[in-house]
Amino acid sequence: MIALEHVTKTYPKAQRPSLNDVSVSIEKGEFVFFIGPSGSGKSTMVKLLLREIQPTKGKILVNNREVGNMRSWRIPNFRRSIGCVFQDFRLLPNRTAYENVAFALEVIGKTQAVARRVVPEVLELVGLGGKEHRYPQELSGGEQQRVAVARAFVNRPLILLADEPTGNLDPDTSIEIMRLLDRINRTGTTVVMVTHDSNIVNQMRRRVVEIEGGKIVRDQPRGVYG
Amino acid sequence: MRLKYVLSEVAVGLWRNVTMTIAMIITMAVSLTLLGASVLLYLQVNHMREVYYEKVEVTIFLKAQDTTQSQKDVIEADLKQDPLVETYDFETKQEAYDRFREIYANAPDLTDLTKPESLPESFRVKLKNPDSFDAFKEKYQRYVGAEGVDTIVDQKKLVEKVFSVLGSLQTLALIIAIVQGVAALMLVINTIQVAAYSKRREVAVMKLVGASNWFIQAPFVLEAVAAGFIGAVIAYGTLVLAKIYVFDGALEPLTAVLTPVPWFNVHMMLPLLAGAGALVSSITGWFALRFYIRV
Repeated sequence: MIALEHVTKTYPKAQRPSLNDVSVSIEKGEFVFFIGPSGSGKSTMVKLLLREIQPTKGKILVNNREVGNMRSWRIPNFRRSIGCVFQDFRLLPNRTAYENVAFALEVIGKTQAVARRVVPEVLELVGLGGKEHRYPQELSGGEQQRVAVARAFVNRPLILLADEPTGNLDPDTSIEIMRLLDRINRTGTTVVMVTHDSNIVNQMRRRVVEIEGGKIVRDQPRGVYG
Repeated sequence: MRLKYVLSEVAVGLWRNVTMTIAMIITMAVSLTLLGASVLLYLQVNHMREVYYEKVEVTIFLKAQDTTQSQKDVIEADLKQDPLVETYDFETKQEAYDRFREIYANAPDLTDLTKPESLPESFRVKLKNPDSFDAFKEKYQRYVGAEGVDTIVDQKKLVEKVFSVLGSLQTLALIIAIVQGVAALMLVINTIQVAAYSKRREVAVMKLVGASNWFIQAPFVLEAVAAGFIGAVIAYGTLVLAKIYVFDGALEPLTAVLTPVPWFNVHMMLPLLAGAGALVSSITGWFALRFYIRV
Protein backbone atom coordinates (compact mmCIF):
# COMPACT_ATOMS: atom_id res chain seq x y z
CA MET A 1 0.00 0.00 0.00
CA ILE A 2 2.68 2.46 1.14
CA ALA A 3 6.38 1.69 0.92
CA LEU A 4 9.37 3.91 1.52
CA GLU A 5 12.66 2.41 0.39
CA HIS A 6 15.83 4.08 1.65
CA VAL A 7 14.26 7.49 1.44
CA THR A 8 16.40 10.51 2.19
CA LYS A 9 15.14 14.06 2.06
CA THR A 10 17.50 16.98 2.47
CA TYR A 11 15.98 20.41 2.08
CA PRO A 12 18.00 22.92 0.09
CA LYS A 13 20.45 24.78 2.35
CA ALA A 14 19.79 22.37 5.24
CA GLN A 15 22.80 21.05 7.17
CA ARG A 16 21.49 17.54 7.75
CA PRO A 17 18.72 15.53 6.13
CA SER A 18 15.18 15.70 7.55
CA LEU A 19 14.74 12.03 6.72
CA ASN A 20 17.80 9.85 6.53
CA ASP A 21 17.66 6.50 4.70
CA VAL A 22 14.18 5.63 5.94
CA SER A 23 12.52 2.36 4.93
CA VAL A 24 9.05 1.45 6.09
CA SER A 25 6.14 -0.42 4.61
CA ILE A 26 2.45 -0.20 5.44
CA GLU A 27 -0.09 -2.80 4.39
CA LYS A 28 -3.59 -2.20 3.12
CA GLY A 29 -6.07 -1.63 5.96
CA GLU A 30 -3.43 -0.87 8.59
CA PHE A 31 -3.67 1.88 11.19
CA VAL A 32 -0.24 3.39 11.83
CA PHE A 33 0.94 6.14 14.16
CA PHE A 34 4.02 8.11 13.28
CA ILE A 35 5.35 9.67 16.47
CA GLY A 36 8.36 11.70 17.39
CA PRO A 37 9.37 15.11 18.69
CA SER A 38 9.00 18.30 16.65
CA GLY A 39 11.54 18.47 13.88
CA SER A 40 12.01 14.72 13.78
CA GLY A 41 10.87 14.47 10.17
CA LYS A 42 7.20 13.49 10.56
CA SER A 43 5.85 16.38 8.53
CA THR A 44 8.42 15.73 5.84
CA MET A 45 7.00 12.22 5.65
CA VAL A 46 3.45 13.54 5.12
CA LYS A 47 4.61 15.97 2.45
CA LEU A 48 6.47 13.20 0.65
CA LEU A 49 3.43 10.91 0.70
CA LEU A 50 1.30 13.71 -0.78
CA ARG A 51 3.99 14.51 -3.33
CA GLU A 52 4.16 18.09 -2.15
CA ILE A 53 7.91 17.56 -2.17
CA GLN A 54 10.20 15.05 -3.85
CA PRO A 55 12.72 12.80 -2.06
CA THR A 56 16.41 13.51 -2.49
CA LYS A 57 17.10 9.78 -2.68
CA GLY A 58 15.09 6.58 -2.52
CA LYS A 59 11.75 5.29 -3.74
CA ILE A 60 8.28 6.03 -2.47
CA LEU A 61 5.41 3.79 -3.50
CA VAL A 62 1.83 4.78 -2.73
CA ASN A 63 -1.02 2.65 -4.07
CA ASN A 64 1.55 0.88 -6.24
CA ARG A 65 2.52 4.13 -7.84
CA GLU A 66 6.01 5.52 -7.76
CA VAL A 67 5.46 8.95 -6.26
CA GLY A 68 8.98 10.33 -6.20
CA ASN A 69 9.42 10.96 -9.88
CA MET A 70 5.73 11.30 -10.78
CA ARG A 71 5.03 13.78 -13.57
CA SER A 72 3.36 16.88 -12.22
CA TRP A 73 0.28 16.49 -14.42
CA ARG A 74 -0.41 13.11 -12.82
CA ILE A 75 -0.36 14.49 -9.29
CA PRO A 76 -3.98 15.70 -9.12
CA ASN A 77 -5.32 12.29 -10.06
CA PHE A 78 -2.95 10.63 -7.59
CA ARG A 79 -4.15 12.85 -4.74
CA ARG A 80 -7.74 11.79 -5.33
CA SER A 81 -6.79 8.42 -3.89
CA ILE A 82 -5.58 9.99 -0.63
CA GLY A 83 -7.74 11.76 1.93
CA CYS A 84 -6.10 14.35 4.13
CA VAL A 85 -6.84 15.86 7.54
CA PHE A 86 -4.80 18.55 9.26
CA GLN A 87 -4.44 20.12 12.67
CA ASP A 88 -5.90 23.41 11.43
CA PHE A 89 -8.91 21.79 9.66
CA ARG A 90 -8.48 23.90 6.49
CA LEU A 91 -12.18 24.48 5.96
CA LEU A 92 -13.49 27.29 3.76
CA PRO A 93 -15.06 29.82 6.16
CA ASN A 94 -17.63 31.13 3.69
CA ARG A 95 -19.11 27.72 2.99
CA THR A 96 -21.37 25.55 5.10
CA ALA A 97 -20.40 22.06 6.27
CA TYR A 98 -22.32 20.62 3.33
CA GLU A 99 -20.74 23.03 0.86
CA ASN A 100 -17.24 22.37 2.17
CA VAL A 101 -17.62 18.65 1.54
CA ALA A 102 -19.43 19.15 -1.77
CA PHE A 103 -16.67 21.53 -2.91
CA ALA A 104 -14.16 18.69 -2.74
CA LEU A 105 -16.37 16.67 -5.07
CA GLU A 106 -17.25 19.46 -7.46
CA VAL A 107 -13.69 20.54 -8.10
CA ILE A 108 -12.76 17.04 -9.21
CA GLY A 109 -15.62 17.08 -11.69
CA LYS A 110 -18.40 15.27 -9.83
CA THR A 111 -21.90 16.54 -10.55
CA GLN A 112 -24.14 18.21 -8.01
CA ALA A 113 -26.45 15.21 -8.26
CA VAL A 114 -23.64 13.00 -6.99
CA ALA A 115 -22.89 15.50 -4.23
CA ARG A 116 -26.55 15.59 -3.14
CA ARG A 117 -26.49 11.82 -2.75
CA VAL A 118 -23.07 11.33 -1.17
CA VAL A 119 -22.49 14.36 1.04
CA PRO A 120 -25.40 13.86 3.52
CA GLU A 121 -24.35 10.24 3.81
CA VAL A 122 -20.78 11.03 4.79
CA LEU A 123 -21.83 13.87 7.13
CA GLU A 124 -24.12 11.35 8.83
CA LEU A 125 -21.19 8.93 9.10
CA VAL A 126 -18.99 11.49 10.88
CA GLY A 127 -21.84 12.35 13.22
CA LEU A 128 -22.84 15.72 11.85
CA GLY A 129 -26.35 14.81 10.74
CA GLY A 130 -28.54 17.90 11.16
CA LYS A 131 -25.62 20.35 11.09
CA GLU A 132 -25.09 20.36 7.34
CA HIS A 133 -25.94 24.02 6.94
CA ARG A 134 -23.79 25.41 9.72
CA TYR A 135 -20.79 27.52 8.83
CA PRO A 136 -17.39 26.51 10.30
CA GLN A 137 -17.43 29.35 12.85
CA GLU A 138 -20.78 28.06 14.12
CA LEU A 139 -19.25 24.65 14.84
CA SER A 140 -16.99 23.50 17.69
CA GLY A 141 -13.41 22.50 16.99
CA GLY A 142 -14.29 18.82 17.12
CA GLU A 143 -17.20 19.35 14.74
CA GLN A 144 -15.00 21.30 12.35
CA GLN A 145 -12.52 18.45 12.34
CA ARG A 146 -15.39 16.07 11.60
CA VAL A 147 -16.26 18.18 8.56
CA ALA A 148 -12.62 17.94 7.51
CA VAL A 149 -12.69 14.16 7.95
CA ALA A 150 -15.92 14.00 5.94
CA ARG A 151 -14.28 16.01 3.18
CA ALA A 152 -11.25 13.75 3.21
CA PHE A 153 -13.35 10.59 3.15
CA VAL A 154 -16.19 11.58 0.81
CA ASN A 155 -14.25 10.40 -2.20
CA ARG A 156 -13.63 7.00 -0.52
CA PRO A 157 -9.84 7.22 -0.70
CA LEU A 158 -7.66 4.16 -0.19
CA ILE A 159 -5.50 6.05 2.30
CA LEU A 160 -6.37 8.61 4.93
CA LEU A 161 -3.44 10.80 6.02
CA ALA A 162 -3.98 12.62 9.29
CA ASP A 163 -1.35 15.20 10.30
CA GLU A 164 -1.83 15.92 14.02
CA PRO A 165 -5.62 15.82 13.68
CA THR A 166 -6.13 16.22 17.43
CA GLY A 167 -3.51 18.90 17.90
CA ASN A 168 -6.10 21.66 18.42
CA LEU A 169 -8.66 19.62 20.35
CA ASP A 170 -9.25 18.83 24.02
CA PRO A 171 -8.72 15.21 25.17
CA ASP A 172 -12.40 14.17 25.11
CA THR A 173 -12.95 15.61 21.65
CA SER A 174 -9.69 14.02 20.54
CA ILE A 175 -10.97 10.62 21.55
CA GLU A 176 -14.18 11.17 19.56
CA ILE A 177 -12.12 12.00 16.50
CA MET A 178 -10.03 8.88 17.08
CA ARG A 179 -13.18 6.76 17.23
CA LEU A 180 -14.18 8.25 13.94
CA LEU A 181 -10.80 7.48 12.35
CA ASP A 182 -11.02 3.97 13.77
CA ARG A 183 -14.44 3.54 12.17
CA ILE A 184 -13.06 4.71 8.85
CA ASN A 185 -10.14 2.29 9.24
CA ARG A 186 -12.61 -0.55 9.71
CA THR A 187 -14.11 0.14 6.29
CA GLY A 188 -10.75 -0.99 4.89
CA THR A 189 -9.15 2.41 4.53
CA THR A 190 -5.48 2.58 5.45
CA VAL A 191 -5.00 5.28 8.10
CA VAL A 192 -1.66 6.98 8.66
CA MET A 193 -1.66 9.39 11.56
CA VAL A 194 1.14 11.70 12.61
CA THR A 195 0.86 12.77 16.25
CA HIS A 196 2.60 13.47 19.49
CA ASP A 197 -0.49 12.93 21.60
CA SER A 198 0.74 10.17 23.93
CA ASN A 199 -2.70 9.51 25.51
CA ILE A 200 -4.20 8.63 22.21
CA VAL A 201 -1.36 6.41 21.11
CA ASN A 202 -1.43 4.56 24.39
CA GLN A 203 -5.18 4.09 24.25
CA MET A 204 -5.41 2.90 20.68
CA ARG A 205 -2.71 0.22 20.85
CA ARG A 206 -1.95 0.24 17.16
CA ARG A 207 1.27 0.03 15.21
CA VAL A 208 3.68 2.76 16.24
CA VAL A 209 6.59 4.00 14.15
CA GLU A 210 8.84 6.38 16.05
CA ILE A 211 11.05 8.80 14.20
CA GLU A 212 13.89 10.76 15.73
CA GLY A 213 16.45 12.88 13.97
CA GLY A 214 15.25 11.68 10.59
CA LYS A 215 15.59 7.98 11.37
CA ILE A 216 13.16 5.30 12.41
CA VAL A 217 14.12 4.31 15.94
CA ARG A 218 11.18 2.01 16.75
CA ASP A 219 8.49 0.09 14.84
CA GLN A 220 6.11 -1.85 17.10
CA PRO A 221 2.93 -3.66 16.05
CA ARG A 222 0.85 -2.73 19.14
CA GLY A 223 2.95 0.00 20.63
CA VAL A 224 2.64 2.78 23.15
CA TYR A 225 4.06 6.28 23.19
CA GLY A 226 7.68 6.11 24.34
CA MET B 1 -21.94 22.42 -13.89
CA ARG B 2 -18.22 22.83 -14.32
CA LEU B 3 -18.74 25.50 -16.94
CA LYS B 4 -21.20 27.30 -14.70
CA TYR B 5 -18.75 27.08 -11.82
CA VAL B 6 -15.88 28.45 -13.88
CA LEU B 7 -17.95 31.30 -15.36
CA SER B 8 -19.33 32.39 -12.01
CA GLU B 9 -15.82 32.32 -10.56
CA VAL B 10 -14.68 34.58 -13.41
CA ALA B 11 -17.51 37.06 -12.85
CA VAL B 12 -16.93 37.12 -9.09
CA GLY B 13 -13.19 37.50 -9.61
CA LEU B 14 -13.54 40.44 -11.99
CA TRP B 15 -16.01 42.15 -9.69
CA ARG B 16 -14.07 41.61 -6.46
CA ASN B 17 -11.17 43.62 -7.78
CA VAL B 18 -13.14 46.01 -9.91
CA THR B 19 -10.78 49.00 -9.95
CA MET B 20 -7.91 46.81 -11.05
CA THR B 21 -10.17 45.18 -13.63
CA ILE B 22 -11.09 48.58 -15.07
CA ALA B 23 -7.45 49.68 -15.16
CA MET B 24 -6.57 46.45 -16.93
CA ILE B 25 -9.34 46.88 -19.49
CA ILE B 26 -8.45 50.52 -20.18
CA THR B 27 -4.75 49.89 -20.76
CA MET B 28 -5.63 46.86 -22.81
CA ALA B 29 -8.07 48.95 -24.90
CA VAL B 30 -5.54 51.74 -25.49
CA SER B 31 -2.87 49.28 -26.47
CA LEU B 32 -5.16 47.37 -28.82
CA THR B 33 -6.56 50.57 -30.37
CA LEU B 34 -3.06 51.68 -31.28
CA LEU B 35 -2.20 48.21 -32.50
CA GLY B 36 -5.30 48.30 -34.69
CA ALA B 37 -4.48 51.82 -35.91
CA SER B 38 -1.00 50.66 -36.75
CA VAL B 39 -2.25 47.69 -38.73
CA LEU B 40 -4.79 49.89 -40.54
CA LEU B 41 -2.08 52.39 -41.43
CA TYR B 42 0.11 49.62 -42.73
CA LEU B 43 -2.69 48.30 -44.94
CA GLN B 44 -3.46 51.83 -46.02
CA VAL B 45 0.09 52.65 -47.02
CA ASN B 46 0.31 49.43 -49.00
CA HIS B 47 -2.93 50.24 -50.74
CA MET B 48 -1.84 53.79 -51.48
CA ARG B 49 1.42 52.50 -52.88
CA GLU B 50 -0.47 50.38 -55.39
CA VAL B 51 -2.77 53.22 -56.34
CA TYR B 52 -0.04 55.82 -56.68
CA TYR B 53 2.54 53.71 -58.42
CA GLU B 54 -0.08 53.11 -61.03
CA LYS B 55 -0.21 56.87 -61.59
CA VAL B 56 3.26 58.19 -60.91
CA GLU B 57 5.32 59.40 -63.77
CA VAL B 58 8.63 60.98 -64.39
CA THR B 59 8.55 64.51 -65.68
CA ILE B 60 11.24 66.07 -67.84
CA PHE B 61 10.71 69.77 -67.48
CA LEU B 62 12.03 71.83 -70.36
CA LYS B 63 13.31 75.31 -69.85
CA ALA B 64 10.48 77.83 -69.99
CA GLN B 65 12.37 79.81 -72.66
CA ASP B 66 14.78 79.08 -75.44
CA THR B 67 14.03 75.48 -76.14
CA THR B 68 14.21 74.68 -79.81
CA GLN B 69 12.05 72.25 -81.71
CA SER B 70 15.12 70.21 -82.72
CA GLN B 71 16.09 69.76 -79.08
CA LYS B 72 12.62 68.48 -78.36
CA ASP B 73 12.80 66.14 -81.31
CA VAL B 74 16.06 64.64 -80.09
CA ILE B 75 14.63 63.92 -76.66
CA GLU B 76 11.41 62.56 -78.09
CA ALA B 77 13.35 60.25 -80.43
CA ASP B 78 15.26 58.95 -77.43
CA LEU B 79 12.10 58.36 -75.40
CA LYS B 80 10.43 56.59 -78.31
CA GLN B 81 13.05 53.85 -78.50
CA ASP B 82 13.90 53.68 -74.78
CA PRO B 83 13.23 50.20 -73.29
CA LEU B 84 12.62 51.75 -69.85
CA VAL B 85 9.72 53.82 -71.10
CA GLU B 86 6.20 52.50 -71.34
CA THR B 87 4.43 55.60 -72.61
CA TYR B 88 5.13 59.29 -72.75
CA ASP B 89 3.21 62.45 -73.37
CA PHE B 90 4.23 65.92 -74.37
CA GLU B 91 2.62 68.70 -72.35
CA THR B 92 2.47 72.08 -74.03
CA LYS B 93 2.54 75.40 -72.25
CA GLN B 94 -1.21 75.73 -72.72
CA GLU B 95 -1.88 72.28 -71.25
CA ALA B 96 0.40 73.04 -68.33
CA TYR B 97 -1.48 76.29 -67.81
CA ASP B 98 -4.87 74.52 -67.89
CA ARG B 99 -3.66 72.06 -65.33
CA PHE B 100 -2.20 74.80 -63.21
CA ARG B 101 -5.54 76.60 -63.20
CA GLU B 102 -7.30 73.44 -62.26
CA ILE B 103 -4.96 72.71 -59.34
CA TYR B 104 -5.12 76.26 -58.00
CA ALA B 105 -8.76 76.87 -58.90
CA ASN B 106 -9.39 78.31 -55.45
CA ALA B 107 -6.54 80.80 -55.71
CA PRO B 108 -7.64 83.08 -58.58
CA ASP B 109 -5.09 85.73 -57.64
CA LEU B 110 -2.32 83.34 -58.42
CA THR B 111 -3.79 82.02 -61.67
CA ASP B 112 -4.61 85.50 -62.91
CA LEU B 113 -1.02 86.57 -62.45
CA THR B 114 0.38 83.54 -64.24
CA LYS B 115 0.54 83.42 -68.00
CA PRO B 116 0.87 80.27 -70.10
CA GLU B 117 4.23 81.55 -71.36
CA SER B 118 5.79 81.43 -67.91
CA LEU B 119 5.08 77.73 -67.47
CA PRO B 120 7.48 75.09 -68.78
CA GLU B 121 6.71 72.48 -71.38
CA SER B 122 7.37 68.93 -70.27
CA PHE B 123 7.54 65.29 -71.23
CA ARG B 124 5.36 63.16 -68.96
CA VAL B 125 6.94 59.72 -68.97
CA LYS B 126 5.46 56.56 -67.57
CA LEU B 127 8.16 54.03 -66.78
CA LYS B 128 7.65 50.32 -67.20
CA ASN B 129 9.05 49.84 -63.74
CA PRO B 130 8.54 52.79 -61.37
CA ASP B 131 11.76 51.83 -59.56
CA SER B 132 13.97 52.34 -62.62
CA PHE B 133 14.03 56.10 -62.21
CA ASP B 134 17.71 56.25 -61.36
CA ALA B 135 18.72 54.46 -64.55
CA PHE B 136 16.39 56.70 -66.50
CA LYS B 137 17.73 59.86 -64.95
CA GLU B 138 21.31 58.88 -65.67
CA LYS B 139 20.51 58.47 -69.35
CA TYR B 140 18.81 61.83 -69.72
CA GLN B 141 21.08 63.74 -67.38
CA ARG B 142 23.19 64.83 -70.36
CA TYR B 143 20.31 66.94 -71.70
CA VAL B 144 20.04 68.92 -68.50
CA GLY B 145 21.29 72.46 -68.95
CA ALA B 146 22.68 72.69 -72.44
CA GLU B 147 20.04 70.77 -74.34
CA GLY B 148 17.06 72.73 -73.08
CA VAL B 149 16.09 70.47 -70.22
CA ASP B 150 15.60 72.13 -66.86
CA THR B 151 15.08 69.29 -64.41
CA ILE B 152 13.98 65.67 -64.30
CA VAL B 153 11.53 65.00 -61.50
CA ASP B 154 10.41 61.66 -60.15
CA GLN B 155 6.93 61.90 -58.66
CA LYS B 156 7.56 58.60 -56.97
CA LYS B 157 10.16 60.30 -54.80
CA LEU B 158 7.55 62.87 -53.72
CA VAL B 159 5.03 60.16 -52.98
CA GLU B 160 7.65 58.23 -51.05
CA LYS B 161 8.03 61.20 -48.72
CA VAL B 162 4.33 61.02 -47.92
CA PHE B 163 4.66 57.29 -47.36
CA SER B 164 7.62 57.70 -45.09
CA VAL B 165 5.64 60.16 -42.95
CA LEU B 166 2.77 57.67 -42.79
CA GLY B 167 5.27 54.91 -42.12
CA SER B 168 6.75 56.73 -39.15
CA LEU B 169 3.25 57.36 -37.83
CA GLN B 170 2.66 53.64 -38.10
CA THR B 171 5.89 52.83 -36.27
CA LEU B 172 5.06 55.35 -33.59
CA ALA B 173 1.60 53.85 -33.09
CA LEU B 174 3.18 50.40 -32.91
CA ILE B 175 5.75 51.48 -30.32
CA ILE B 176 3.09 53.08 -28.11
CA ALA B 177 0.96 49.97 -28.58
CA ILE B 178 3.84 47.80 -27.36
CA VAL B 179 4.63 50.03 -24.37
CA GLN B 180 0.96 50.15 -23.41
CA GLY B 181 0.78 46.43 -24.04
CA VAL B 182 3.59 45.79 -21.58
CA ALA B 183 1.78 47.92 -19.00
CA ALA B 184 -1.40 45.98 -19.69
CA LEU B 185 0.42 42.68 -19.18
CA MET B 186 1.89 43.87 -15.87
CA LEU B 187 -1.64 44.67 -14.76
CA VAL B 188 -2.79 41.24 -15.92
CA ILE B 189 -0.05 39.60 -13.84
CA ASN B 190 -0.88 41.73 -10.82
CA THR B 191 -4.61 41.15 -11.12
CA ILE B 192 -4.12 37.43 -11.35
CA GLN B 193 -1.83 37.34 -8.35
CA VAL B 194 -4.29 39.35 -6.29
CA ALA B 195 -7.07 37.01 -7.39
CA ALA B 196 -5.00 33.94 -6.59
CA TYR B 197 -4.10 35.36 -3.20
CA SER B 198 -7.68 36.18 -2.30
CA LYS B 199 -8.62 32.63 -3.18
CA ARG B 200 -5.59 30.94 -1.64
CA ARG B 201 -7.71 28.87 0.76
CA GLU B 202 -9.82 27.50 -2.06
CA VAL B 203 -6.73 26.85 -4.13
CA ALA B 204 -5.08 24.99 -1.25
CA VAL B 205 -8.13 22.78 -0.78
CA MET B 206 -8.42 22.14 -4.50
CA LYS B 207 -4.82 21.04 -4.69
CA LEU B 208 -5.30 18.84 -1.66
CA VAL B 209 -8.31 16.98 -3.01
CA GLY B 210 -6.75 16.60 -6.44
CA ALA B 211 -8.52 19.13 -8.65
CA SER B 212 -6.82 19.19 -12.03
CA ASN B 213 -4.46 22.03 -12.75
CA TRP B 214 -6.55 23.49 -15.53
CA PHE B 215 -9.58 23.50 -13.27
CA ILE B 216 -7.69 25.46 -10.63
CA GLN B 217 -6.16 27.85 -13.13
CA ALA B 218 -8.97 28.32 -15.65
CA PRO B 219 -11.00 30.89 -13.66
CA PHE B 220 -7.93 33.08 -13.19
CA VAL B 221 -6.79 32.83 -16.78
CA LEU B 222 -10.32 33.44 -18.05
CA GLU B 223 -10.51 36.59 -15.97
CA ALA B 224 -7.56 37.92 -17.92
CA VAL B 225 -9.00 36.69 -21.20
CA ALA B 226 -12.34 38.38 -20.47
CA ALA B 227 -10.56 41.66 -19.73
CA GLY B 228 -8.52 41.30 -22.93
CA PHE B 229 -11.67 40.61 -24.92
CA ILE B 230 -13.56 43.58 -23.49
CA GLY B 231 -10.51 45.74 -24.18
CA ALA B 232 -10.52 44.53 -27.79
CA VAL B 233 -14.21 45.37 -28.23
CA ILE B 234 -13.59 48.87 -26.87
CA ALA B 235 -10.59 49.26 -29.18
CA TYR B 236 -12.71 48.18 -32.14
CA GLY B 237 -15.40 50.69 -31.17
CA THR B 238 -12.75 53.41 -31.00
CA LEU B 239 -11.50 52.54 -34.48
CA VAL B 240 -15.06 52.60 -35.85
CA LEU B 241 -15.57 56.05 -34.32
CA ALA B 242 -12.21 57.16 -35.72
CA LYS B 243 -13.29 56.00 -39.17
CA ILE B 244 -16.63 57.83 -38.94
CA TYR B 245 -15.52 61.08 -37.32
CA VAL B 246 -11.90 61.45 -38.34
CA PHE B 247 -11.28 59.77 -41.70
CA ASP B 248 -14.79 60.19 -43.12
CA GLY B 249 -15.35 63.36 -41.08
CA ALA B 250 -12.58 65.82 -40.35
CA LEU B 251 -10.12 64.41 -42.89
CA GLU B 252 -12.77 63.94 -45.58
CA PRO B 253 -11.28 66.61 -47.93
CA LEU B 254 -8.03 64.64 -47.90
CA THR B 255 -9.51 61.31 -48.98
CA ALA B 256 -8.55 62.09 -52.57
CA VAL B 257 -4.94 62.02 -51.44
CA LEU B 258 -5.10 59.51 -48.61
CA THR B 259 -7.54 57.11 -50.32
CA PRO B 260 -10.52 56.11 -48.14
CA VAL B 261 -10.07 53.54 -45.37
CA PRO B 262 -12.34 50.62 -46.33
CA TRP B 263 -14.93 49.43 -43.78
CA PHE B 264 -13.82 45.89 -44.38
CA ASN B 265 -10.38 46.66 -42.94
CA VAL B 266 -11.92 48.31 -39.89
CA HIS B 267 -14.23 45.36 -39.24
CA MET B 268 -11.34 42.96 -39.70
CA MET B 269 -9.77 44.56 -36.63
CA LEU B 270 -12.41 43.09 -34.30
CA PRO B 271 -11.39 39.43 -34.66
CA LEU B 272 -7.73 40.41 -34.94
CA LEU B 273 -7.70 42.53 -31.78
CA ALA B 274 -9.94 40.17 -29.84
CA GLY B 275 -7.68 37.30 -30.79
CA ALA B 276 -4.52 39.20 -29.92
CA GLY B 277 -5.96 40.51 -26.62
CA ALA B 278 -7.29 37.13 -25.53
CA LEU B 279 -4.25 35.17 -26.61
CA VAL B 280 -1.66 37.46 -25.06
CA SER B 281 -3.53 37.82 -21.77
CA SER B 282 -4.17 34.10 -21.48
CA ILE B 283 -0.54 33.23 -22.08
CA THR B 284 0.57 35.89 -19.61
CA GLY B 285 -2.00 34.78 -17.06
CA TRP B 286 -0.99 31.19 -17.41
CA PHE B 287 2.67 32.02 -16.93
CA ALA B 288 1.89 34.23 -13.94
CA LEU B 289 0.03 31.33 -12.34
CA ARG B 290 2.80 28.85 -12.99
CA PHE B 291 4.95 30.89 -10.66
CA TYR B 292 2.19 31.58 -8.20
CA ILE B 293 0.26 28.35 -7.89
CA ARG B 294 2.67 25.48 -7.67
CA VAL B 295 1.31 21.96 -7.48
